[in-house]
Amino acid sequence: MKSQKYNYGTAILAAFEYLLENYPEVFVIGQGLWSPWYVGNSMTDLDKKFGIERVIDTPVSESACTGAAIGASLAGMKPIVVHPRMDFMLYAMDAVVNQAAKWSHMFGGQAHPGVTIRSIINRGGEQGAQHSQALHAWFAHVPGLRVVMPSTVADARDLLIASVLCNDPVMYIDDRWLYEQEDELPPVTELDLTSQRPVVSLKGSDITIVASGHASLLAREAAGQLGSEKISVEVVDVRVLNPFHTEEIMESVKKTKNLLVVDSGWISGGFSAEIIAKIVEQLPVGCLSNPPARIALPDAPAPTSRVLEKAYYTSTNDVVEAIKKILDN
Amino acid sequence: MKNDLKQLSNPEKYHDPISINNQDISALKNMLSTMLLIRKTEQQLAFGRKNGLIGGPVHLGAGQEAIAVGISQNLKKTDRVFGAHRSHSHLLALNLDFYKLFAEVLGKKTGFSKGMGGSMHLYDQPNGFYGSVPIVAGTVSLAVGAAMAAKMQKTDDIGLVYIGDGAVEEGVVHESFNLAKIQQAPMLFVIENNLFASHMHISLRQPSDMISRFAIANDIPYKLVDGNDVVAVAKASKELIDDMRAGKGPALIELVTYRWYGHVDWRDDVDVGVARSLDDIESWKLRDPIMRLSKSMIKAKMWSMEQENDLNNMLDKEIQTAWEKAINDPYPSSDATLKYVYS
Repeated sequence: MKSQKYNYGTAILAAFEYLLENYPEVFVIGQGLWSPWYVGNSMTDLDKKFGIERVIDTPVSESACTGAAIGASLAGMKPIVVHPRMDFMLYAMDAVVNQAAKWSHMFGGQAHPGVTIRSIINRGGEQGAQHSQALHAWFAHVPGLRVVMPSTVADARDLLIASVLCNDPVMYIDDRWLYEQEDELPPVTELDLTSQRPVVSLKGSDITIVASGHASLLAREAAGQLGSEKISVEVVDVRVLNPFHTEEIMESVKKTKNLLVVDSGWISGGFSAEIIAKIVEQLPVGCLSNPPARIALPDAPAPTSRVLEKAYYTSTNDVVEAIKKILDN
Repeated sequence: MKNDLKQLSNPEKYHDPISINNQDISALKNMLSTMLLIRKTEQQLAFGRKNGLIGGPVHLGAGQEAIAVGISQNLKKTDRVFGAHRSHSHLLALNLDFYKLFAEVLGKKTGFSKGMGGSMHLYDQPNGFYGSVPIVAGTVSLAVGAAMAAKMQKTDDIGLVYIGDGAVEEGVVHESFNLAKIQQAPMLFVIENNLFASHMHISLRQPSDMISRFAIANDIPYKLVDGNDVVAVAKASKELIDDMRAGKGPALIELVTYRWYGHVDWRDDVDVGVARSLDDIESWKLRDPIMRLSKSMIKAKMWSMEQENDLNNMLDKEIQTAWEKAINDPYPSSDATLKYVYS
């Protein structure tokens, strides 16, 4: 089988097609699925290829549809719920946090809510506070959920397939700012989600940047820019935030002795804090050459006005400047 | 509040024996003994809670046994039944293993949920009981999804959820009615209308005491039935379930009943909230579903007080034996807390 060219969005589409073709128990449910312009090119014509009984467009009921997918998973199906914007998914928090995350534990490991909840971070373009949020840290806080944030084209496809084939509830979070990336991918190999860990996506020696989702792309771009200035950046892409494994990050930080975390959520109580805490509490005293640092969103809702918006979101240049500042100390 | 339930909510009415014409004698005896065993199981739980042997809350449904027992006459092990906080009867009506319930409520690893659930989180999927949780209305949408799955899997199984009159005050229930209807899911919404949500009487919470009005609003077929008449419950639910198995979409059944204990644990709860007096409770106890069935059967000469006494003695002994066995069972091992987080 030959490799094929994808972008991030069509890689997600390929994952849906693979799952629907190969697993009769897979179905997809969510708003807009019979007219999926909300989700870029990631779900085009699935309803036409696989039928509206397996690709279900729904009433405006995030809560009931998420709960229904969980219930269907308890009855042997492998559902994928699609929330074109994470903000609207907040109506479904009981289903996600109280139900999906708890059923295995509450029932002594007998119930398996193997549901995948695809929620999309879709921000910018003056959309403002309720069309913008990146709430991955919330879900990383909840035991029982698996939280996946693919930052590459390959992970967009392969981690979606792995999420759906996993018996646990998975929050799969993709970011519309990643959709333009392109890559050549080999045919699908099914991965076991439970053994997926952070990966070193760029090798370097001066500083480690840890990030996930779109922040990982910023980190890779910053590393590229700094290459010409002879600063060697290692980027570790977290990929799976819950359960959170740190060994690969530890190895990298021990080597570079510098740590910067970039995160697309808010700074306070965010996932950036969790990364630094877990690393610092395991590192030998004196291992770091500089204090660990982080870049995340300021503690404010997303503004609409373009001037404010531009300042609010992290840019590649922000990451470049932060690295220089750390290494200049 | 509009009293659309009319005499169904009047505790002075419906005290007479129930109609058992043309009913199978062995089925009647079975329903009587099942209701009695559920009652005794809950009385034992009340006792265990009061004397401190049970550490966590128990939401007892004594007085409401006819609902689960009547409906379960029409269920298969492959149906998908979901419960709520007050679900001992819902589970026991599918699998009368009261020992396993005792063990669970006592936190023992031999229990229905391996000692990880207690009274409020019960699981017995092999017998059709997919799970109960204490978040009010938390399982309603899950049951709709299990019903949608039954349809996708091309079975004639149904999804079913037991909820109370309080649960319909949660928004997700209305989303679920609508979703079930638009999907034509084989989903039975069972409303146990006992007129109270915790301490609050329905007159303080809703403009009408009849929950079936939401079925009308969603174009869902429904029946409104005396929930303390086990034969009527079995008959009405059979008609709805038969239609659902034949592909006619969701249905709702509203059963009017009353719980004898307070919202949680063994007390009467006449001193919290309003509109719940000892006089009310005594009147409602005259609508006891067990007593009414027993009287009907005695009147029809298919049952006798002697038989009932013998049955009582036998069940009391079984309850004691199971309780003592459960008391002596082991707790979950210390690794259980982390072991069950993921599959």
